[in-house]
Amino acid sequence: MAEKVLMKGNEAIAEAAILSGCLHYFGYPITPQTEIAAYMAKRMPKVNGCFLQAESEVAAINMVIGASAAGRRTMTSSSSPGIALKSEGLSYLAGCDLPAVVVNIQRGGPGLGGIQPSQADYFQATKGGGHGDYRMLVLAPASVQEMFDLTALAFELADQYRVTSMLFSDGILGQMMEAVDISSLCAQANESPAQKPWALTGTRNARKPNIINSLYMQPEDLERVNRERFVRYAEIAAKETRWEEFLTEDAQVIVVAYGAAARIAKNAINAARAQGIKAGLLRPVTLWPFPKEALGRLSACARTKGFVCVELSMGQMIEDVELATRCAKPVRLVSRTGGMVPSPDEIIEKIRKVNAIENGRGG
Amino acid sequence: MHTARITIFAGHYGSGKTTLALHYALALRQARQHVALCDMDIVNPYFRTADHRARLEAAGVELISSPYANTNVEMPWIPTQALRVLDDERLTSVIDLGGDSGGALAVGRFAERLQALPDTAFWLVVNPYRPLTGEVDALLAIRREIERAARLRFTGLVNNANLGAETTARHITESYSFLQGASEAMGLPIVMTAVRRELAPALSLPRGMGQLLELGELSSRFSL
Repeated sequence: MAEKVLMKGNEAIAEAAILSGCLHYFGYPITPQTEIAAYMAKRMPKVNGCFLQAESEVAAINMVIGASAAGRRTMTSSSSPGIALKSEGLSYLAGCDLPAVVVNIQRGGPGLGGIQPSQADYFQATKGGGHGDYRMLVLAPASVQEMFDLTALAFELADQYRVTSMLFSDGILGQMMEAVDISSLCAQANESPAQKPWALTGTRNARKPNIINSLYMQPEDLERVNRERFVRYAEIAAKETRWEEFLTEDAQVIVVAYGAAARIAKNAINAARAQGIKAGLLRPVTLWPFPKEALGRLSACARTKGFVCVELSMGQMIEDVELATRCAKPVRLVSRTGGMVPSPDEIIEKIRKVNAIENGRGG
Repeated sequence: MHTARITIFAGHYGSGKTTLALHYALALRQARQHVALCDMDIVNPYFRTADHRARLEAAGVELISSPYANTNVEMPWIPTQALRVLDDERLTSVIDLGGDSGGALAVGRFAERLQALPDTAFWLVVNPYRPLTGEVDALLAIRREIERAARLRFTGLVNNANLGAETTARHITESYSFLQGASEAMGLPIVMTAVRRELAPALSLPRGMGQLLELGELSSRFSL
């Protein structure tokens, strides 16, 4: 009845997946992402799709492997400890060059941790999780609208590059409600998805069988396949790196934050500006590929005094910020962990300290 | 409007039950001496009435909720004090249920006691801007499932049309015809329309939309 609907972040992901042509969802309930499974359970039967509550996280990711091998758009979702359980499957998806979308609505860790929001799975998402030489495309939404839009993008890019796209979010965004415009996907909902000549769809005696496999007994073969895959990764890094800049044109202090932390950081930046401090925000939208060039460019600006990373973790992305800027300017951290969330005041305090730095020294 | 001794808010996930139950309990306290808000949400560990305990107690509203609410052993739990809602005839009570039929189950075990009372109000909260509830057929299905789990028949509809922070007066006026259609299809009167306080002056609630419940800011450390 309206142009927009009021959705939870988790619901926005589920609806975007269905409108993107994902008719095969396999999952397992875990707070704070359970609404995705609950929504799928209600909606999938209405669109002749398949919702299956798997017996375990490992089973769910292996069902994703099967559906993807058959050429279908498919998704699973979980929260931090559940993603750890899926890690083997993430590596096999990469080893088989299968497209898939995996959602992580993060909670506090390690171990069972807690059910409050967190960003402490940054290393897990961007540096591996599973074994072997591989990468996942990691998308970090910062609003419920972006939960919707980036889920659609995750499916597009997964198919285009035959990789796993991880939608990487947290309990704040998963649980919060905002108005969402879903018309962009409704318009294209009836388009048939991309052709997948590699998929296991039955030869009908008309072609050679396709083989999907991650086992290579000859090291020469495995090295060749891995190198080919990394050529694709390089193409992703060149073409698909995404970020948002907010008030960076004249900024002397650059805050780097993604997801829910970036929203709080924006509040802090506005408040710092009101106090006469020229602060700005670089918000990575893709965590892999990481917006290295953009950070390097800001670091090279003479006016830039330093960087403030804001993370709901003990500090993980900060290592990539230091690497991207080659530590040319000081990089400081605002860190809350275990489900705690920084207030704008905590961020303003750190912005003020970096702003007090002269000639790139001290602070 | 007649106030029932017990008013129960039920509805779809995220339709606004907790927010409305909180505000309704606070509004009742203006007219009644002994008002209790009973949290029977056994589904969602977030957005709990216990987040607002201080506010409720300052206003003189008793909060009956799980001793485990907002602790690290959060679990589905019907507060042991819940029976007071039935037994203590001085109390005017508001019950906040969890979403959908899974949430309504919590009140099902008290159905016989509630049915024996002369005037229990059992209200279906509707936000037509939520997904899966913007069509009358979907609402009819939700009503059927909740009534089966709660073993109670709804007595009224509550219009909680909103798009969160983006809500304008237009969104509320545009909801009237949908709510009227739902009301006719269900044979249930619209007993209340909830509106954020700052939008209330711009609205004159038409006949048939029930009483106006103004919603204020509850509490927020800072906005996201």
